[in-house]
Amino acid sequence: MQTNEFLAIWVYLSTSPLLGLTATLLAYVLAYRVYLGCHASPLANPVALAVLALISLLLLTNTAYKDYFDGAQFVHFLLGPATVALAIPLYKQLATIQRVLLPLLIALVVGVLVGAVTAIYISKALGASTSTMFSLAPKSVTSPVAMSIAEHIGGLPSLTAALVVSTGIIGAVFGPSLLSWLKIEDPRVMGVALGVTAHGVGTSRAFQISAQMGAFAGLSMALSALANALMLPWIVRWLPL
Amino acid sequence: MPFLNGITVLLIYQLLGEVLVRSFNLPIPGPVVGMSFLFITLVVYKRVPLALEAASTALLSHLSLLFIPAGVGLMLYFDALTQEWLPILVTLIASTLISMAVIALTMQGLMRLFKPKTEPAESNDANE
Repeated sequence: MQTNEFLAIWVYLSTSPLLGLTATLLAYVLAYRVYLGCHASPLANPVALAVLALISLLLLTNTAYKDYFDGAQFVHFLLGPATVALAIPLYKQLATIQRVLLPLLIALVVGVLVGAVTAIYISKALGASTSTMFSLAPKSVTSPVAMSIAEHIGGLPSLTAALVVSTGIIGAVFGPSLLSWLKIEDPRVMGVALGVTAHGVGTSRAFQISAQMGAFAGLSMALSALANALMLPWIVRWLPL
Repeated sequence: MPFLNGITVLLIYQLLGEVLVRSFNLPIPGPVVGMSFLFITLVVYKRVPLALEAASTALLSHLSLLFIPAGVGLMLYFDALTQEWLPILVTLIASTLISMAVIALTMQGLMRLFKPKTEPAESNDANE
């Protein structure tokens, strides 16, 4: 093929949503195969692999994130209905959840407090700027809520969105090993721990392990979004900094 | 067809949630409100319709795919991230793992504390 022809096709494709969408699905399908090929090792997290592959691809082809997102937004959009869909596993686990509701709620409030306080003080101790510090505070909250919280308390919403995804990946990759090291094997407890700290990425990891763990993670993610939105502005106001 | 009906119901609830969040200026995202309403509907209806089952299984079985577009957004913050990479990385890992451990240990401890005597020992009591 002539270089010019190729260039013309590339110019067309790089401005159409088709390429971003196809690349996203292809990256995920390949990353998922690698993950299965590594005997489902949490270190080969499909989200992390696909994100790395796509970032490399965009940098190599000198494509702007905005152009990529024009296509990828169709996948991104499904986060909304998927969140609504969490009501179904939640309903099926209703009886199990009711039995442990009080321990769950107390652990959730404690977890939100510990997450925010450690994020703020650790980053402060290591010399992070104030805006980075406040962008890190809502790192465990699902993206849309985290961004509005960050804006409210003086962080950078878009940096927060990036930190939220990273937190989710860290939680999903290391969480299950940490929990089994702590001798925690109850799927309900593991689900709550993953959902509160690693939001949706942790929840999808939990669903990979069992439907019950996924339901508990989904519930905890939603409750934690609510608890963070209510608690974080006060925590930030009252913490001696 | 079940899938299409199911996803339509999900979108209607999401829409309902978005409208409520915007009209009352709530600090929570629309889909979370939509999820709460769907949950209440299911509790009243007492069963999960086949269409909803199909749509939710399809969406939730590959939930992680949906986070990839936002994850790629990391590339926009290379500057901020490289400038303060050490505090950011250490904070993300340490804070996430500390809170995960605290949540799990708190919940497990409280579950043992509150456990009614009648409940069969279904969970693990491994370290006895």
